[in-house]
Amino acid sequence: MATFKEYFRGWATGLKSLATGMGTSMKVFRQKPVTEEYPENRHTTLHIPERHRGRLRLVTDENGQPRCIACGLCQMNCPNGTIQIEADTVETPEGRKRKQLKAYHYDLGSCLYCQLCVEACPHGAIEFSNDFENAVFERDRLRLDLTKPEDNRCHDWK
Amino acid sequence: MNYYDINSLNQSIHGTLSSLMPEGLAITLEGIAVGLLIIVLYALLAIVLIYMERRVCAAFQCRIGPNRVGGRGGLLQVPADVLKILTKEIISLRHADRFLYNLAPFLVILASIFSFACLPWNQGAEILRMDIGIFFVLAASSIGVLGILLAGWSSNSKYTVIGAVRSGAMIISYELSIGLTVLTMVLLSGTMDIQEIVMEQEHLWNIFRGHIPALLAFCVYLIAGNAEANRGPFDLAEAEQELTAGYHTEYSGMHFGFFYLAEYLNLFITAGIASTLFLGGWMPFHIPGLDGLNAVMDWIPGVVWFVGKTFAVVFLLMWIRWTFPRLRIDQVLTLEWKYLMPLSLVIVLLMTLCVIFGLVL
Ligand code: SF4
Ligand code: SF4
Repeated sequence: MATFKEYFRGWATGLKSLATGMGTSMKVFRQKPVTEEYPENRHTTLHIPERHRGRLRLVTDENGQPRCIACGLCQMNCPNGTIQIEADTVETPEGRKRKQLKAYHYDLGSCLYCQLCVEACPHGAIEFSNDFENAVFERDRLRLDLTKPEDNRCHDWK
Repeated sequence: MNYYDINSLNQSIHGTLSSLMPEGLAITLEGIAVGLLIIVLYALLAIVLIYMERRVCAAFQCRIGPNRVGGRGGLLQVPADVLKILTKEIISLRHADRFLYNLAPFLVILASIFSFACLPWNQGAEILRMDIGIFFVLAASSIGVLGILLAGWSSNSKYTVIGAVRSGAMIISYELSIGLTVLTMVLLSGTMDIQEIVMEQEHLWNIFRGHIPALLAFCVYLIAGNAEANRGPFDLAEAEQELTAGYHTEYSGMHFGFFYLAEYLNLFITAGIASTLFLGGWMPFHIPGLDGLNAVMDWIPGVVWFVGKTFAVVFLLMWIRWTFPRLRIDQVLTLEWKYLMPLSLVIVLLMTLCVIFGLVL
């Protein structure tokens, strides 16, 4: 008798889950396709999620100076040795010694996009932009120095 | 009332031809013309169905589908694929059973053309008409299994044999459910002649006439028909992930094309038979009593009704296919023998009782 009951319960649960599945797929059917027709819609409807990790960039303050204090934490936290910081030691007017960023070498070709560097930075001095158009013709062009304006310039996609 | 009856057209063509030449020759010529028509229609429908499948499948997966070849809609994608497949070499295997290997695709395509020819396109547009029409469709479509089994066996490969055996076991099981649901509708209609089944739905389609048993039978037919057409979630005969392509792994070029064509046309035939048995074939939508509505519906030609209903059922089948994951062979057989077959027996019984006690509309 128990198996008899189980049999009908099997019918009921089976039908219910099948109906749920059909409902779900119909919901998806009526959604707009998520496909990006990339080169054509580059200037019109292209949507890149804001959190997409495209390439690293230095955040600048209101004077256009990088916020980075050259502490080197990002370099230490990078699992791939992608970041190399070059710093000078300068003397402040108060007579204290302090590091100043000279060059921020970032090798786009070996970056894992793990974002550990951003997490590690105590000053919020680096961030990922969602500029994904990183293809270049030579390997060397991927070795960037983020203190140079032309290397730090990247597009923010909506 | 039927404005689009083409019987008189048929008769006038036959009359003209017979007056020009001996009757035997005229009939032969007409036969050839109709045969060509079927084959052309078959190929065109396959292209339409493949295109539809790609677009529908894409929509179910939130994609766009083919949209580059041939303008915005990607309309030329499938014709381009057909041309490509036509230019491919048909390879012959070294240790294959050459004769059966070459015969198999033709058996499959033959089976599906036979059943295709039975579909009621319009009043007067039936191609094969016989008293046992629907029975013939069941018989003819079973030749396809033979083709699949031969294809699997003769290509001398493990994948193909496993695929063929699976599909043999599955199709033979699901034939039972199909047979029983068809029997249900035959009980309701009182005839096996496809045209008569359609004619007899003049006042109301079968699915409404037979209410509960007919609705249940419709569902069972769709499930079993999906299995018959070897389509997902019952596509384990060609389970790509395990068996490369199942029974047609070793086929190339147009031989493969035949299998592919037959798969899509079987989908259309399954849907076409479903719309004949349950949704009135070419019969316009009629509600007894509402003469105004019925008159308006009569203005739409039967062929539009038939193709429209069939494509609606095709869409339903695609919806099922792109929703559910593939079943394992034991699950497939459990579903049939423990659930669908008993249910179809109950449906037959229910329908018999309904018909005896005059409970149908
Ligand atoms: S994202 Fe990861 S790999 Fe790339 S620079 Fe930062 S820490 Fe290094
Ligand atoms: S962790 Fe931040 S502040 Fe320190 S060197 Fe890196 S970017 Fe500059």
